[in-house]
Amino acid sequence: MTALALPAPMRALRHPAGGLAGGWLVAVIAAAVLAPVLSPWAYDVQALKDAYQPPSALHWLGTDEFGRDLLTRLVYGARTSLSVSGIAILLSVLCGMVLGAAAAWFGGWFDRAVTTVVDLTWSFPEILIALILVAIIGPGTTGTMIAIAVAYLAQFTRLTRAQIMTLKGETFIEAARSLGAGNAHILLRHLLPNALAPVLVSAMLATGDAIILEATLGFFGLGAQPPVPSWGGMMSAGSALVFKAPWIILFPGLVVAVTVVAINLYGDALIAELDIRGRMRAAA
Amino acid sequence: MSALLELSQVGVAIGKVALLDRISLSVDRRQILGLVGESGSGKSLTAMAALGLLPLIGGRVTEGCVRFDGQDMAAMTDGQRRALRGRRIGFVTQNPMTALDPVQRIGEQVDVVSRLHLGLSRSAASARTLDLLTQLRIPEAAAVADAFPHQLSGGMKQRIVIAMALAGEPDLIIADEPTTALDVTVQAQIIQILGRLVRDRGLALLLITHDMGVVAQVCDRVAVLYAGRLAEEGPVGPIFAAPAHPYTAALIGCIPQEGMARGSLRGIPGAVPSALAFPPGCRFHPRCPRATDLCRATVPPLLARGEGRAACHHPGHGAGAVP
Repeated sequence: MTALALPAPMRALRHPAGGLAGGWLVAVIAAAVLAPVLSPWAYDVQALKDAYQPPSALHWLGTDEFGRDLLTRLVYGARTSLSVSGIAILLSVLCGMVLGAAAAWFGGWFDRAVTTVVDLTWSFPEILIALILVAIIGPGTTGTMIAIAVAYLAQFTRLTRAQIMTLKGETFIEAARSLGAGNAHILLRHLLPNALAPVLVSAMLATGDAIILEATLGFFGLGAQPPVPSWGGMMSAGSALVFKAPWIILFPGLVVAVTVVAINLYGDALIAELDIRGRMRAAA
Repeated sequence: MSALLELSQVGVAIGKVALLDRISLSVDRRQILGLVGESGSGKSLTAMAALGLLPLIGGRVTEGCVRFDGQDMAAMTDGQRRALRGRRIGFVTQNPMTALDPVQRIGEQVDVVSRLHLGLSRSAASARTLDLLTQLRIPEAAAVADAFPHQLSGGMKQRIVIAMALAGEPDLIIADEPTTALDVTVQAQIIQILGRLVRDRGLALLLITHDMGVVAQVCDRVAVLYAGRLAEEGPVGPIFAAPAHPYTAALIGCIPQEGMARGSLRGIPGAVPSALAFPPGCRFHPRCPRATDLCRATVPPLLARGEGRAACHHPGHGAGAVP
């Protein structure tokens, strides 16, 4: 009982992997937020005589081809990468839930139209959709955000739609209706809150994918434009210098990998925690 | 003066399939009508018709009319019917395990009914909820109101569902098999609670069940449905003493009795026919020990019998449950 008093996101931190992963995520987010306070360097001031410095006491992770501190750029890059992918997924979840709920609720031709379009976009890999959209909108953070949001829209639309379809037949919906509840009340107070948990978990996991997608777009030079650092952009710059200064590509790559793994591990712990409640509900 | 809820000659169909055939029933205040029949005999459909909820499952009233408090439900607008549900007619669903929203606290779910129907403020509604829960003999009402459905037992949940049905101060409660999903001991408590509500508050109760034992315990009148038709209807006492319809007799024969010999509990052979293939004549004839050629050919009319009515060509006369 006491264990259940904490919300699931906190309980997930008690899992060994979940705690470690959660710790890393909190550290990365804190570093991103506090970047100007933490770092003595600026991310965009070039010092060509200091270029290609390997990791040292002065530059913990070395410097890049313009002599900029790599750790500083990584931390500022976290701002770009995390906010772009986070906001994109948020946007995607919101639009997906509205679309999916509307499709399940109204049914008929509207449902068929939404499902057809959504299935069509789902038949392409996310990266392809994102590349096409960025090509249309133009490179930059806004373009990347919209592209990622659309790329994941199908997932959330389908998930929400399926959830609402199942929930619509539940007895408590019939009970609410038989006690005089109207459509808006049933949709907003019963259906959407019940559909929320699985959508949030899937959003959590999609954020990991979105970080990779954002880094990929950045690697192609389609993401945040220089001198604003992004993890993908830094790796792109480092790829030409793999043999001369391997740390330039190594550290951003590591950070992307560890962050994505951390999101997935934390997501797994969260799912396990949410399932405990699901099992209790079934057993009750 | 007509009864509170009155169904006269109501026919219900889903698509082209006729499911209820000229059902006439009435329930008045301070009265409990038991609606009995096996699964598939049309009990829940009758409840849906009384609540005006048939469109939800694609059904419609094809003939006759449903009157609530003298008003024809068919003549009302959707909004008027909706205002009736919860406010004047409370509904207790079949399975309490799934009748509550799993992500909302109990208190909120009960509150919302009185806020919607009685226009109470948030605080007045939650005070009323606590009051209702206490009246339903729920221990630690405040803690229960703060709990989520998965933290409660089945019997407790059914009381919450009853509290929700009562929250709008209705005149009529329709309870669709309220005890089916519960333990026997809890069943008795819930039945007692419902019976007391009718006495104390002057409610009318339409109790849908397939358990003749429950009917004998609390109901004033009983209506027996078979395959979408009324087989027999009347006051509980005379019907249990001398059932006219062999189906009624068979249902009564299904109640376990004290001191029964092992293996003597009877069932009814066969099953309720599908609505797609109702037999001609009396729909019970394939399973009836008294069936004759007359039963196979013509539909028995529903005739007055004592204070009730029965539809059988060969009504029973003797006492007891022997068909």
